[in-house]
Amino acid sequence: MDKHVIIIGGGIAGLEAGSKLSGQGYKVSLYEKSNRTGGHLNDWYKLFPDRRNSSEVIEYFKKIVSDSGLKIFQDTSIERIKENGNGFSIYSDKGEEVEADVIVIATGFDLFKSSRKEEYGYGIYDNVISSSDLEAMFRAGEVVRSDGKHPKRTGFVHCVGSRDEKVGNLYCSKLCCVTAVKQAIEVKELDPDAKVYCFYMDMRMGGAYYEELYREAQEEWGISFIRGKVSEVGETIDNNLIVKVEDTLLGRPLKLELDMLVLMAGMEMSEPGEKLAKASFLKTGENKFFASADHHFGSNLSSIKGVFLAGTCTMPMNITETISHARAVVPDVIDYLEKKG
Amino acid sequence: MKLEGKKAIWSEYQKEIADDRYFYVRSCIRQNFFPGSEVAFLRIMKDVLKKDIYEHPCHTTCSGIGYHGDVVPVETTMTVVARQFAIMTEAGYTNYVPSCITSFGLYTEILETWHHFPEIKERVQENLRRATGREFEIPENLAHASDIIFKFRKEIATQAKYRLVNKYTGEPLKVVDHIGCHYAKMFPSKGVGGAEYPYVLAGMVEEWGGQVIDYPERRHCCGFGFRQYLVQANRGFSVACSREKFESMAPFRPDMIITNCPGCPMFLDRWQYVIGEMEGKTYGPNGQGIPVFTYEEVAGLVLGFDPWDLGLQMHQTSCEPVLDKIGIEYDPEEKFTLNKTLAKAKKGKIFV
Repeated sequence: MDKHVIIIGGGIAGLEAGSKLSGQGYKVSLYEKSNRTGGHLNDWYKLFPDRRNSSEVIEYFKKIVSDSGLKIFQDTSIERIKENGNGFSIYSDKGEEVEADVIVIATGFDLFKSSRKEEYGYGIYDNVISSSDLEAMFRAGEVVRSDGKHPKRTGFVHCVGSRDEKVGNLYCSKLCCVTAVKQAIEVKELDPDAKVYCFYMDMRMGGAYYEELYREAQEEWGISFIRGKVSEVGETIDNNLIVKVEDTLLGRPLKLELDMLVLMAGMEMSEPGEKLAKASFLKTGENKFFASADHHFGSNLSSIKGVFLAGTCTMPMNITETISHARAVVPDVIDYLEKKG
Repeated sequence: MKLEGKKAIWSEYQKEIADDRYFYVRSCIRQNFFPGSEVAFLRIMKDVLKKDIYEHPCHTTCSGIGYHGDVVPVETTMTVVARQFAIMTEAGYTNYVPSCITSFGLYTEILETWHHFPEIKERVQENLRRATGREFEIPENLAHASDIIFKFRKEIATQAKYRLVNKYTGEPLKVVDHIGCHYAKMFPSKGVGGAEYPYVLAGMVEEWGGQVIDYPERRHCCGFGFRQYLVQANRGFSVACSREKFESMAPFRPDMIITNCPGCPMFLDRWQYVIGEMEGKTYGPNGQGIPVFTYEEVAGLVLGFDPWDLGLQMHQTSCEPVLDKIGIEYDPEEKFTLNKTLAKAKKGKIFV
């Protein structure tokens, strides 16, 4: 049990895999690039589909980390992995070299930078915000425009940076539809008189209880779902937004004046993950995430033996799927170490 | 509106614009619409900026107006464009500068097509050879004439006699920049600042003292749109397009509009008169319209060219409100008599 496992990334996949491996008696070191663990979970307020407060999940991870003895190094980026004959060396941005028998990559995802969809005006128009910005407002208990007023007409744009050839992301990020439904309901909860529109390509409600949430949004909250992509956004002299969208079910263009527009940013391979893959000659897929050795039977295996993958560094996943994927890497690592001897 | 966001986008869309030795090709329609603009451009290039710019008497239409009007097939258009390039090659130039936005868009589209499908270029080369016996080279640099003025906007500013500032208030003039649709909407990377927030005219306005205003319909077509106007039955749609823009920009109280396309100033200018006649509505203060300019006219004005030499009397929406705000000296009597301008033209000294 003197084997050394290094986990790269302190989001929920890294914490789950690291804690479980540490609990099995291995020496486990986790390297996190920022000054906090938990990743994107820290930025979310309530979680779909049951609207659980994210702090409950964060508490779970704090507990399993403290129970397991997992050693965490924060503010440390791992830039390269190199095979060294008997195992691996990792190199950090601080110039450190650390040896390990096994590596688990859990570098997670980056939210798509909404400003790349120039036509939506994120970073230019005051009241165009991202789904992440809206979560911060929910946590603060108030949704407000730049002028301090509460929005009475809010739009949600699905698929921002997902299923979009123009930005090079052909895949579906899977979680944006249900996040939009959840956030639309939350906006209505704060102001039942507000008008809320969701502009979608397809409603992909594939997870447990997602469809029920979608039905609730329509039946109980009267949220309008318009099938069509927003083509452009402009700003009036009152800082309202003029949104042009095609309603593909009615077969005609629409122009709406809204108080606020929320962009449902998709998930992309994280920037540190991308750099690590390039520097370490690890294969990535067409979706730019880390490529698994086998889609069906080896989703935790990377293109290098002894380097494993966990969570959203491989594809978009929700929290449940991420935890399951992180747990699944544990027997793979143990099996590898036992065979290695 | 956060300017920083736009600046970040502008920084991503930089294009290479040649420094000197330009082969200039005129627009089919601009000399009829605003006849002073192209002459002013050539004068600025030669006399103000001291650049080598050449126009060949045998260059023709690029046929883009027929191509976008669905009456000229693309193979014909490509052969006409190849002939233009052949004339440039024969003249010993490599930097191609069209005056027209649609031409610029068409040249860009054809060069991209030839890049990706070299067999089409070979076929066009053979067509041109058989039809005219000419050979051509691809331009080393393709830039619209407004790109060139953008490139030298600072040099123009240093020689400017006037700035785009309201002399009564000291405030920058509020300027609507309207970009021709074919400038960057098809190929954003070929336009200064990209397609969504083009910087080509905004950069000139900023440099010369004005302030660009953003308004919801800034991307909207001016109303020309080729078939909207060329097909007579669609002309109601043409004026409706222009009206959409005026209604959208009016709350921002713009002092003027600057354009970089042959058709846009024509329609934004003329339709204001038509809307005034049809609905009794004007979009400027005191029953006046919003003056519309080409970028060459604006460059000429800040350099101190005589407004009537620039052909501003051809504008249906009166330009005098802007001239007065800037403090530009002009002779009202000369506007339509043109005695002085004609006398100068006879001596070949227009703009002097």
